[in-house]
Amino acid sequence: MSAADLITVKNLHFTFPTGRKVLNGVDLYLRSGERLALMGANGAGKSSLLHCLMGLVTAENGEIAILGSRCETESEFRAIRGRVGLLFQDSDDQLFCPTVLEDVMFGPLNLGQSRDDARKVALKTLSDLGLDGFENRITYQLSGGEKRLVALATVLSMSPEILLLDEPTNGLDADVEKRLIEILRSLPQAMLIISHDRQFLEQVATRSVRLQDGIISQA
Amino acid sequence: MIGATTVLMPSRSNSVLSRIDPRFRILAALTLIITAVSFSSWQPLAMLVLTAVIFTGFAKPDWPRTLKMVLAMDGFILVMLLMLPFTVPGQVMFTFWGFDASYQGLFQAVLIALKANAAILVLIALVGGMDAILLGRGLQGIYVPAKLVTLFMFTIRYIDLLRREYLRLRVAMRARAFVARNNRHSWRSFGYLLGMLLVRSHDRSERILWAMKCRAYHGHMHFGSLPRFSPQDYLFASALILFTAALIGLEVACPPLI
Repeated sequence: MSAADLITVKNLHFTFPTGRKVLNGVDLYLRSGERLALMGANGAGKSSLLHCLMGLVTAENGEIAILGSRCETESEFRAIRGRVGLLFQDSDDQLFCPTVLEDVMFGPLNLGQSRDDARKVALKTLSDLGLDGFENRITYQLSGGEKRLVALATVLSMSPEILLLDEPTNGLDADVEKRLIEILRSLPQAMLIISHDRQFLEQVATRSVRLQDGIISQA
Repeated sequence: MIGATTVLMPSRSNSVLSRIDPRFRILAALTLIITAVSFSSWQPLAMLVLTAVIFTGFAKPDWPRTLKMVLAMDGFILVMLLMLPFTVPGQVMFTFWGFDASYQGLFQAVLIALKANAAILVLIALVGGMDAILLGRGLQGIYVPAKLVTLFMFTIRYIDLLRREYLRLRVAMRARAFVARNNRHSWRSFGYLLGMLLVRSHDRSERILWAMKCRAYHGHMHFGSLPRFSPQDYLFASALILFTAALIGLEVACPPLI
């Protein structure tokens, strides 16, 4: 494990509550400045791996170290959650406030910012993503592409150091996808990206690995 | 879902009432409704209905929608109002198909109709113009438990999603030539549909909680504090107390209907 490793995973095992084992000794690292593509068949356990990394589901055994600290218990994961941003597959899961502004402010408020500061951060994040004037829109009335960009804004407003993206281009049209590619390429954060979209990954990723039969292999 | 949508829109209304603090508006509505429910003569109730109509005109001039809301509520109690004269014993007013209609029952029906309409009009006038966030903050401001307020906010956000999920499943069923009939197959299919909705909602709620945890949620919603009370809030409160006192005075002066 070198000092520049933002995420290190060693020998990670995870089994679904239904009894299906999807991760069977995963080894993975993510270095600073990298945009790592994680590929694999449907149901290979890619999303589960991300959920393990955020501590949302508990791995059976294995080691996870994020930003230099070992994560095992809920409180250890809680400490890093603000510093790692996860973009969910379904944006409707992520946007739960009535209006866009409230939703983007939610993260900064939880991190202890004042309402005025959170508002400023939220508006700036929205405007950085080209979403000026969206603050009073109603989250469930946004189109699929707008929802994805707003969900990205809710994650970015917490200024995370690592981004975990779960199929970010899923269901987007060509225009929004192009916009998303530009945004992702311009962001400084290291990223772990799950996608089936080869064209998208070619333009964004700097390295790629494949999850197959529960282990990681070089792609 | 027009109703849910309007509630979510940040209110842009600039009427006199919309500038009053939401806590005062919610408390005012509660005060007026509780007072009205305990009245037993029709004059103060009629006055309250009239005032509420005038205030609704100030606060929310969307008359067709308001009327629809009031009529929807009246629809619920219509049958009960029609039945009351026949079910309450008392001085006989007329006989219909062998059933006696009493004056006492009629008066009770009139009172209930007046009270129900007064209550809904007061709510429309005072609380109806608020958007969801303001209402949430107002409720928290008058110490409604945070859990209830959070539940309320989530209901507003996800009720439409649930409805769309239901419609999507329904369309998928129809695409496979499903026609709802009164038979075993139909009822079983509807059972599956409801079951699937429940399971999906449960899964979704879990994913939402995860998404919230990822954004450092520790079980406390931040609605932000409300601004300090302004002189016009106190003016509104004083006017309300005077008005309530006038209503009570009218109630004491007028003979009870029953």
